[in-house]
Amino acid sequence: MDFILFHLKKLFTILKNEVFVLPSRVVVGLFVLFLILFPVIFKDPYWMRILILTSIFAIFAASWDLLSGFTGQMNFGHALFFGVGAYGAAFLNLHAHIPPWGSIPLGALVAVLAGLIIGIPCLRLRGTYLALTTLAFPIILMGLVFAFPDLTGGELGISGIDRLADARIANYYIAVVVMLGLGTIMWKITDSNIGIIFHAIREDEVAVRAAGINTTRYKLLAFCLSGFFAGIAGGLYAHFMRIAGPSTLEVSMSFGVVIWAIFGGIASIYGPIGGVFVLNILLEFLRFWEDYRMLMFAGVVLLTLLFMPDGLFPWLRDKIEKECPRCKIRNIAWRDTCRVCTAPLD
Amino acid sequence: MNLVIDIVISGLISGSVYALLAIGFSLIFGVARIVNIAHTAFYMVAAYCIYYVSLKMGLHPVWGMLLAIVLVSLLGMLCYQLFINPIREHEGAVLIATIALAIAFQEIVSIKFTGTYLSVPSLIKGYFTILGVKVFYQQLLTFCAAVLVMAVLWVFLMRTRLGLAIRSTAQDREVANLMGINEARVAMFVMGISVGLAAFAGAVVVPLTVLEPHMWMPPLIMMMAVVVLGGLGSLKGSFTGAYIMGFAQALVVFLAPMGAYLKGSVALSIMIVVLLIRPEGLFGVAFEEER
Repeated sequence: MDFILFHLKKLFTILKNEVFVLPSRVVVGLFVLFLILFPVIFKDPYWMRILILTSIFAIFAASWDLLSGFTGQMNFGHALFFGVGAYGAAFLNLHAHIPPWGSIPLGALVAVLAGLIIGIPCLRLRGTYLALTTLAFPIILMGLVFAFPDLTGGELGISGIDRLADARIANYYIAVVVMLGLGTIMWKITDSNIGIIFHAIREDEVAVRAAGINTTRYKLLAFCLSGFFAGIAGGLYAHFMRIAGPSTLEVSMSFGVVIWAIFGGIASIYGPIGGVFVLNILLEFLRFWEDYRMLMFAGVVLLTLLFMPDGLFPWLRDKIEKECPRCKIRNIAWRDTCRVCTAPLD
Repeated sequence: MNLVIDIVISGLISGSVYALLAIGFSLIFGVARIVNIAHTAFYMVAAYCIYYVSLKMGLHPVWGMLLAIVLVSLLGMLCYQLFINPIREHEGAVLIATIALAIAFQEIVSIKFTGTYLSVPSLIKGYFTILGVKVFYQQLLTFCAAVLVMAVLWVFLMRTRLGLAIRSTAQDREVANLMGINEARVAMFVMGISVGLAAFAGAVVVPLTVLEPHMWMPPLIMMMAVVVLGGLGSLKGSFTGAYIMGFAQALVVFLAPMGAYLKGSVALSIMIVVLLIRPEGLFGVAFEEER
């Protein structure tokens, strides 16, 4: 009993001193709580479906951020990983009869392999060259998919694969929990030493090399990690939709992930995840005006960028929090002194 | 023999269209470092503009073409001033602003003209035969007009003061600014010229193709491949790269089984192989590492 009480007390202290002091952390907590309680309160299968797809795309967008936001290796062909993950999981499920919990990670490993195959040649390129070259890979793969319809199902894709789970609500919890878990893992990766090196590579690669760090190895690591997470998103998508088709490799998929991530704010992990949720749900609400839906969507993106070129979430965060000039710890905007070192905030 | 002529014609025409698009894209990238995803969306807008003027308003298609080039250039400059110039400093934001612009154009077009396939009649009817292969006059016209415009552009860039300003801004923006060149205005002019070239490409190709709101996607990818293959910011490179890509596509379509599906794949694979050997493209100038 004492043991439980001790941990409850500890949890409460952490909540009080680390979470409730910052509005952004409270918002994240409320968001997680909302996602977990949503099916209990609303029970609406249509909105559950929307949130499942949104969660899957959130993993996808965050994985783009891990590669392109953090290391600055602009990848315009991120759909490649998604598509390879989807097709890989579908093949393994259909031909080797591996159930979804096995086929999705294995499919993601195939996507890692794809990341290595395109990463090794592409690391010679930089900046815009890299961006425009990576755009080519999913299109090459799509051409191959269409050219060998016996193997890949051509335009129709591979259908008839297993469901993720039987009930919609089980699907929902799998997608949401995987999204929250992988999001946390990605955030932890970017918060570790590796993440700092990724940051530094984006800011100044020459300086990182001069510090004795093999940047090529780290960039390749970024490609593989990002490919893995995007591959898991692809596998989840294939098993949820029960089809792996060429639409997973489309250019609009690659552009979509760039829009979500930059709209939400790059190099933050929470930015792209939030960006996907805001934009996808906005797109759903715009359904009442079906014909003008995509036009409104483009308009919202354009106007948001004019006022917040760094992305939506970093802008919001800077509005409600400010950094202590002395100890660099974040505080609520309306505090006069820093909550840790009591230095006056300007 | 017939096959060879077919390949040559098809290669020359798609090569010229890619060259027009790629030179415009390359110009604006060289001067303002903008990766303009919406470039081919302007090409689509021009094509629809011609359709509207010639078939809905009943004017001669030539008027439609002139009007389309002027209007689309102005539209390009307007979009640049409104949406791109204020966020020039943020590379990522510019990128998705252009993607959003392209989506917006695509949606406006599909609301106005619906998603059905449309076509515009050719300017000159009829054809002549070389060694038993039909060559339509329209194809000849497309090719000649494209080459003529590229020659005019070359003279403009090499012989006029504005051309000199554009070339020097592309070489070094800061020094050009110090020499008294209004860099922001040059960038706006170049946006107009580049979009105008896209509109011209749309104008010459419109009788040979079908119009639909998604027609900007396939040329976008090929155009980017051409630009990367030739070297970013290099006009000579874009020109050569365009014809390499055009002929590669034509060869695959006519010779390989399943060619229509694989044409993009093969052309893009050529680009990747070239980049592996020369990471800065065929004629690329290695940009100084911007730190």
